[in-house]
Amino acid sequence: MGQYIGAAIKRLEDPALITGRAKYTDDLQLPNMAYAAILRSPYAHARIKRIDTSKAAAMEGVIAVFTGEDIAQSGVPGVVPVGWLLPDLKTPPHPLLARDKVRHVGDGVAVVVAEDRYTAYDALEAIEVEYEPLPAVVNPADAVKEGQPLVHEDAPNNIAFDWSIGDKEATDEAFAKASHVVSLDLVNNRLIPNAMEPRATLADYNPVTGELTLWMTSQNPHIHRLLMSLASLGLPEHKIRVIAPAVGGGFGSKIHHYPDEAITAWCAMQVGRPVKWQATRMETYLTDAHGRDHVTHAEMALDENGRILGLRVQTYANLGAYLSTFAPAVPTYLYGTLLSGEYDIPAIYCRVIGVFTHTTPVDAYRGAGRPEATFVVERLMDLAARKLGLDPTEIRRRNFVPPDKFPFQTQVALQYDSGNYEAALQKALEIIDYKNLRQEQERLRQEGRYIGIGFSTYIEACGLAPSAVVGSLGAQAGQWESALVRIHPTGKVTVYSGSSAHGQGHVTTFAQIVADKLGVSLEDIEIIQSDTDQVQYGWGTYGSRSAAVGGSALAVALDRIVEKGRKIAAHLLEAAEEDVVFEDGKYYVKGAPDQAKTLQEVALQAYLAHNLPKGLEPALEAVAFYDPPNFTFPFGTHVAVVEVIPETGEIKILRYVAVDDVGNVINPLIVDGQVHGGIAQGIGQALFESAVYDENGNLVTGSMLDYAVPKAHFLPSFEVDRTVTPCPHNPLGVKGAGETGSIASPAAIVNAIVDALAPFGVEHIDMPVTPEKIWRAIHGNGRS
Amino acid sequence: MYPPRFDYYRAASVQEAVQLLQAHPEAKVLAGGHSLLPMMKLRLAAPPVLVDIGRIEELRGIQDLGDRLRIGALTTHWELERSDILARKCPLIPEAAAQIGDRQVRHRGTIGGNLVHADPGSDLPAVILALDGTLHLAGPNGTRQVAARDFFLDLMTTAVQPGEILTAVEVPVLGERTGTAYLKFEHPASGYAVCGAAAIVTLNADGTVAQARLCFNGITSTPFNAQNVTDALVGHTPDDATIEGVVDQHLHVGDPMGDVFASGAYRVELAKVFAKRALKQARDRAQA
Amino acid sequence: MGVPIRVEVNGRVYEHTVEPRLLLVHYLRDVLGLTGTKVGCDTSQCGACTVLMNGLAVKSCTVLAVQADGAQITTIEGLAKDGELHPLQQAFWENHGLQCGYCTPGMILAAYDLLQENPNPTEEEVRHGLEGNLCRCTGYHNIVKAVLDAAQRMREG
Repeated sequence: MGQYIGAAIKRLEDPALITGRAKYTDDLQLPNMAYAAILRSPYAHARIKRIDTSKAAAMEGVIAVFTGEDIAQSGVPGVVPVGWLLPDLKTPPHPLLARDKVRHVGDGVAVVVAEDRYTAYDALEAIEVEYEPLPAVVNPADAVKEGQPLVHEDAPNNIAFDWSIGDKEATDEAFAKASHVVSLDLVNNRLIPNAMEPRATLADYNPVTGELTLWMTSQNPHIHRLLMSLASLGLPEHKIRVIAPAVGGGFGSKIHHYPDEAITAWCAMQVGRPVKWQATRMETYLTDAHGRDHVTHAEMALDENGRILGLRVQTYANLGAYLSTFAPAVPTYLYGTLLSGEYDIPAIYCRVIGVFTHTTPVDAYRGAGRPEATFVVERLMDLAARKLGLDPTEIRRRNFVPPDKFPFQTQVALQYDSGNYEAALQKALEIIDYKNLRQEQERLRQEGRYIGIGFSTYIEACGLAPSAVVGSLGAQAGQWESALVRIHPTGKVTVYSGSSAHGQGHVTTFAQIVADKLGVSLEDIEIIQSDTDQVQYGWGTYGSRSAAVGGSALAVALDRIVEKGRKIAAHLLEAAEEDVVFEDGKYYVKGAPDQAKTLQEVALQAYLAHNLPKGLEPALEAVAFYDPPNFTFPFGTHVAVVEVIPETGEIKILRYVAVDDVGNVINPLIVDGQVHGGIAQGIGQALFESAVYDENGNLVTGSMLDYAVPKAHFLPSFEVDRTVTPCPHNPLGVKGAGETGSIASPAAIVNAIVDALAPFGVEHIDMPVTPEKIWRAIHGNGRS
Repeated sequence: MYPPRFDYYRAASVQEAVQLLQAHPEAKVLAGGHSLLPMMKLRLAAPPVLVDIGRIEELRGIQDLGDRLRIGALTTHWELERSDILARKCPLIPEAAAQIGDRQVRHRGTIGGNLVHADPGSDLPAVILALDGTLHLAGPNGTRQVAARDFFLDLMTTAVQPGEILTAVEVPVLGERTGTAYLKFEHPASGYAVCGAAAIVTLNADGTVAQARLCFNGITSTPFNAQNVTDALVGHTPDDATIEGVVDQHLHVGDPMGDVFASGAYRVELAKVFAKRALKQARDRAQA
Repeated sequence: MGVPIRVEVNGRVYEHTVEPRLLLVHYLRDVLGLTGTKVGCDTSQCGACTVLMNGLAVKSCTVLAVQADGAQITTIEGLAKDGELHPLQQAFWENHGLQCGYCTPGMILAAYDLLQENPNPTEEEVRHGLEGNLCRCTGYHNIVKAVLDAAQRMREG
């Protein structure tokens, strides 16, 4: 590698962003543009008896008002599909606008198109809807019981799927012979993604050409185009162009295909004008797919030495009112498969019941299944350590998969590619000066101060792959990635990548790969993504896949283009191809570097095609469609040190140390930034964030006034470090880096709090661990 | 979101504002707008008319009247926070003002708007109550004064009558050997007070408590004056044990508010802890 | 009912007749086309819409355009002078103080306001000073670093 890969290059994206010049979807204006606003159900469950749009339609400035009936009559497919199937999965239809029934607060009922956004919202208030309210159910463990209201008639007991993984018999046997069993009942709290940019779309339909252009807040424009075409609009795929301009964060919430963007597009086709829609923040709370929401019972069996014998987990996973795009995969293949953690566990069985409720649909949110799995395993490890009187680091050590056992086949389908778990733990212990910290903890306890140290030694599986395997598990999508590299006659380079960044800095990271591999400077490289008309195909950015899969595709394409250039250079140098080396942007015959042909010269010749080797096609470009052989498996150790004030339950995070191993690092600035952001979201889950529904299905925490997105002063500066165990199976040796923080940190924080409260006999507190919960745990619920 | 339509009138004087309110009985008064506009954006309020008093010069500024301070209703939280007069003569107000919302909100939000809105989680109501402040109102029948203890009637309801505007708040200048403190347990999302404790302690020359006040935001629907506690402190040397004992024995909160973040029972417990912390800090400052 | 207003934005004077209910942020974005200022919430929490009004940071989603009549406004587009990035912009760039960039304009202007008042803040003061601005990407770590770095650059002139 050269000077760029591994260097802390400041981002090429930033000049536009720090000056306000970057254009996000809502920043775009088209001539004659109208605005859409969507009327949303105030009821979690109700029959729609009548909708009268006449008053709204008659308002000045209102162009049109449509209902689900109008969409149905237009003859378009008109639904939002699910993109991951499980055996016996119930897949009730999800129409763009509700027709007979609404199934969660926020379900779309009608849409207004108006000259401006203020008028559009005024008109919503003039639409008359007569609802017959019906009883609702919001808790997944309750929803499966007999006699509960049904979300969909064709899903008895509200069960969408009943899925299991692992060996039940072997696991039961392990428990039968165990010396120790620890168990835990927990709720993994429901989260709202809260990307700072609310979802938006601008739709422009040209009735003459039949072409629809959609600028939208998308993490994966090609997936959105595919689903728009097949399921929602019925327009031919090649007539739809989806562009994701600057996108203000996603964290999963902009993967999914929602009704709202399709409704906006459909409206543009009806009114013959460009139509823009942007969710208000309160709409994002009601409609962005939420994350997590598990009710879990988990047990761990151990021998007398603290070696894990078995793990048994049962989870009710709340799916919300409809199946969101990848919802079935999240609590199954992204959860059950991660339950071995960093440990050699001989028997695991996990059953997950996916449940419909009258709540906002649930889907992938940063980490997606893996934080939930990590939380189960890492909390049980601490409970087991306490029960056996072992230090929490010691019990982990005794169960780590040792470095010489890789590749390691778990009992839950995954094969870990590489790892050195002990090394990351050791490094973290050195950073926090563990021995002294434990002594300090003891000393402070004598003074009546309570600090706690919490560990999370986590594993992550990301960059889902290969496509054939993912497909066999139910994905209705491939998981390869594309890259096209074009070297222009002047030697400048354009890359077209199927990844679609929305804050991750791919332009910089990918340019670094190109600069090193081709020996060109960063200014001479353009990275294009997020436009279905420019990029041949791509599956987008989520699941920490873009460096490992998108970056690998790029590396392969770059190798191909270097090889083609070598043929031309060899011809020009009148040398055998195998004698020509490529270094720092120059081809030369081994031992004769002063007789070099620059890449630029070779490129020019490639285009002029006056003097090419026989049979070689002109031009200089290469494409790669890279389908990885396996996931990548980042891992590491996170340590939280907290202080708890017993009289109020106030919590202070004293230190947060993260030692991650994401394989080779292309840009440490960017990787550290990803880790920081993930930790903050994980701390948010652990301490602050929770989407709470009342029994009628109203979202009680329905705005930023009630739902606490962490603020700067809630968080410490983070101490991040790394070990480097390269991924053995991709050309860059990289693993995913985007989700480690949100996967590892909830368990680290809760373990630290429970450790701090050990003198009070506290064994577990559900997230978010608010001051009141701590106060109650210390003082007992009776006291008031 | 997007506020509903309204007609807009900008008043140049208090007199004009009062006239406009008389002419438009459904009107709401707009000052900094940081209580009203958020309600309108959520369409929880839809006044057909707004009377903007934001440019009325006579409603601005902080005056030293000798034994009292007069704070114009349009004084922003940021101005309260930075006022030299207040820092010297009534530091409780700047200490509380600095804890309201965030810097952007403090730049626009006004003391008048804050008090009239009477959100139970606001920071200034208990402070003005603890200071035994007086609120000056102007209306169609002239001006009148209302004591802070008579001002906050219920959740978001005050003694301001239709057609009246709040013009100023008067608070007494604090005497010698007096210390104050405002301590707050903030809601992590809204920043409002889950429990805000305002304490004033005045000591005798011998170090015993001459007078004390202790009022809370956030725990009940109107600011709560814990007079039992302060009555019991008077005459005693306020060492830590005395303060703790008096609070434990005498702080009784009836009908606390609760929500998903903090139940009523927990708020009562917070009130105890914050009462102790605030009284101790006020005492330390009185002793300094 | 339209109300005439006259507002100076980034040194240029604009005169428009606006609906009274028009929020300053929409005046800037939709009428003037200055889309650097963002909308991130409905409840005055997120700070993405922060601009300077008469030199002080305000949330332009909670100010009516008519209230800004006669005011001087600075948006992110007006911060760089003569093609030269402001030290805060430079520091956000060099310290990787942004990822998706959506909160960045508001964050930078809130930080500008903070440093105006407190040119030499501690980390704690920076964190509290930015309590009105939410970022979901960075965990604030590099934002805090950037603001401290900018403070130093600005003190050194």
